[in-house]
Amino acid sequence: MLTQLFFGYCALMIIMSGILAISLRNPVHCVLMVLVMFLHMAGLYLTLNAEFLAAVQIIVYAGAVLVLYLFVLFLVSLRDEIRLNPFVGNVWIGRGIAIGLALALITVLPSFIPGERGDWPLAAVREVTHTKAMGLELYTTYLLAFEIAGLILLVAVIGGLVLARREQGQPPDHEGDEVVPPAHRQLDNNEEVRR
Amino acid sequence: MSTTVAVNWAAVEPIIPELLLVGIAVLLIILDLFAPRQRQLLPWLTVVGCLAVGVMVLGSRPAVAFGGMFVIDGYAVFFKTLCLTGVVVTTLMSEHFRRISGMHQGEYYSLLVLSAVGMLIMASAGDLMILYLGLELMALPIYALVGLHKTDNRTSEAAIKYFLMGGFASALLLFGMSLLFGLTGTTDIASIARVIEVHALAGNPALAAALGLLIAGFCFKVAVAPFHLWTPDVYEGAPTVVTAFMSVAPKAAAFAVFGRVLFYGLPELQLHWGPILAVLALLTMAVGNITALCQRSLKRMLAYSSVAHAGYALLGLLAGTTQGLAATMSYLFIYLFMNLGAFAILILLATEGNPRETLDDCKGLAARSPIAAALMLVFFFSLIGIPPTAGFIGKFYLLKAAFSAGYILTVVGAVLFSAISAYFYLRVVRYMYMDEGEQNMVFHFSPGMIAALAFCVLGVLGLGIFPGLLFDWAGSAALAG
Repeated sequence: MLTQLFFGYCALMIIMSGILAISLRNPVHCVLMVLVMFLHMAGLYLTLNAEFLAAVQIIVYAGAVLVLYLFVLFLVSLRDEIRLNPFVGNVWIGRGIAIGLALALITVLPSFIPGERGDWPLAAVREVTHTKAMGLELYTTYLLAFEIAGLILLVAVIGGLVLARREQGQPPDHEGDEVVPPAHRQLDNNEEVRR
Repeated sequence: MSTTVAVNWAAVEPIIPELLLVGIAVLLIILDLFAPRQRQLLPWLTVVGCLAVGVMVLGSRPAVAFGGMFVIDGYAVFFKTLCLTGVVVTTLMSEHFRRISGMHQGEYYSLLVLSAVGMLIMASAGDLMILYLGLELMALPIYALVGLHKTDNRTSEAAIKYFLMGGFASALLLFGMSLLFGLTGTTDIASIARVIEVHALAGNPALAAALGLLIAGFCFKVAVAPFHLWTPDVYEGAPTVVTAFMSVAPKAAAFAVFGRVLFYGLPELQLHWGPILAVLALLTMAVGNITALCQRSLKRMLAYSSVAHAGYALLGLLAGTTQGLAATMSYLFIYLFMNLGAFAILILLATEGNPRETLDDCKGLAARSPIAAALMLVFFFSLIGIPPTAGFIGKFYLLKAAFSAGYILTVVGAVLFSAISAYFYLRVVRYMYMDEGEQNMVFHFSPGMIAALAFCVLGVLGLGIFPGLLFDWAGSAALAG
C-alpha cells in the first residue's frame, strides 16, 4: 500500500514537473523542474528495488548532466529566443490527441497481464545484490546494446561539435546560428536573462 | 570469488561489417583533422569503405549472434545492401553539393557513415532493445546533418523540428515496446511472437494498444500520414543532399524494422495491423499526392512525393504475405534509384548562392542541358510508374500483393492517386521541354555526380527491363527471414 502511494506520488510529480519543464519560460526554472523530475525518477527506481539505478540516476543525471545544462545556460546568452511556428495550428488539437491517448491507455489498463518473469526474480536479485546482477547482465546479455549506446555517445559528441562550430568563412556574429549554443559570442555578465 | 573468462572473439564475427564501418567513420574524422589538405579524398574513402562493407555484408553467412539480439538473415542482408547503396550514392553526390553550398564540414562524411552503422544495426536487430538503439544511432547523425548548413535559417528550423519530432516518435515507440515487454516478458522479437501465440494474447486490448503505439512510432519514422507533418518542412529546410539521403536510406531502414516487428514479432496480430495500415496507406497516398499538386517548390514537391511513396511501400506490408514483403523491399530499392536520381538533378540545378528549388527553375532545362532533362524525365517516369522503368514493375508487384490479400479498395485508391501524381511530375517535364527559361546556366558535372547519375539511371532502366534480378533476391530474402 505504502509502495503504491509512493509510486503514485512519484508518477504525479514526474508528470507535473515534466509539463512545467516544457511550459515555463525561464530556462533556469525549466532545468530546475527537470531536476525535480530526475529525483522522482530515482524514487521510482527505489520502488523497483533498483538501488544502484536510483543512485546512478541522482549522481549522473541530477548531479552531472544537470550541472552541465546549467553551465550551458549561463554561458549562452539566451536573449534571442527561438521561435518556431507551431506544427499544428490549434493547440487544442494537440491537447485533444494527448487526452485521447491517455484515455485509450487507461481503458486498456485493466486487461494488462504481466508477462513471464525473466531470469531475475526479486529473490535472485536480493541474493546477489542489485548492482552485481545488473553488472552481470549488462556485460553479458546486453553487451551489444551497451556498446551501441557507447557509439551513440560518440555520435552525440561529433554532432554537437558540428552544430556548435562556426562554419568556415562565416562572419562571427551571424544571425543564423541561434539554434546552436553560440559559444563564440561575447558574454555580457551584467545582462540578466530576462523574460 | 570472481572468475575471469577468456573473451570469445568468434562471437564478434557477425558484427565485423559494422565494426569496420565504425572504424571508417573514426578514420574519416582523424583524416579530416590531421590531413586537411587531403580533404578531397574523404568522399572516396567513404565510397570505398562502404563498398567493402557491402561486399562483406553480401558474403556474410546467416547467423544469430549475441543471444538472438543480432540476426543476420536474407532480410537483414537485403536491407543492409540497400542502405549502403544509399550512402554510396549520396556520398558521390555530396562533393558537388558541398562545393556549391560552401558547406565545408569534414565531419559530414563521418556522420553519414555512423548513420549507416545505425541502419545496419536496425536491419539486423533481433531484439527490441537493439532495434531502438540502432534507430537512435541512425537518427542522431541525421539531426546534426540537417542542421549542418547554419547560414540558412530554414535549416535551423528544420533541424529543431526534426529533432523534436524524432524524439516524440521515439517516445511513442518506447511506450509501445514497454507495453509489449510487460505483456510478454521478453524483448526478443522471435520470442514475442512465440509468447503471444502460446498465451493467446492476440485479442488482448493492451496488446492492441502496444501495437498502435508501435505503428504510430514507425509511421513517424517512415513519414506516413497522419504522422508526416514534419516531412515537408524538414525535407525542404535540410541541405538538398541530406534530404536526398533522408528520403531514401533512413526510410528504408525504418521500413526494415517495421517489417521485422510486424512480420516476425506480431504475425498473430495481422488481422489488426493489416486494416490499420490499409487506411494509413490510403490516407498517405491521398495527402502526399494531392498536396504535391499545389507546390511551387520542386524540393517541397519531392518531399510530398516521398510521403506518397511511403504510402505505396506500405501496400506490400499490409498484405501480410511474403510476396507483399518482397514487393515492399524491391520497391524501396527501386525508389532509391529514382528518388536519389531526381534529387541529383535538383542538386545539379543549384548554383552558388542560388539554390534554384522552384518549379520555374526547371523551365527550358532541355534546351540548356538535354542530358539533365532526359535523366530527370526518366526518374520522373519511374516515380509515376510508366512501363519501361523500374517504378512501374515495383508498383505493379505492390498492387498485386495488396490485391491478392483482398484490399481491393486500397488498390483502387493507389491506382487513382498514381494517376493524380502523374500530373505534378509531368508538369515539371512540360516546363523542362516546352517552356523557355533563362539561358545563362552552366552545368558542371563532377566525376562523382556522373557516377551517381549513371548508377541511378542504370538502376531505373536496368531493373525496369530485368526486374527478375531484384525480385528473385527480395523474394528469397523475405522467405529466408
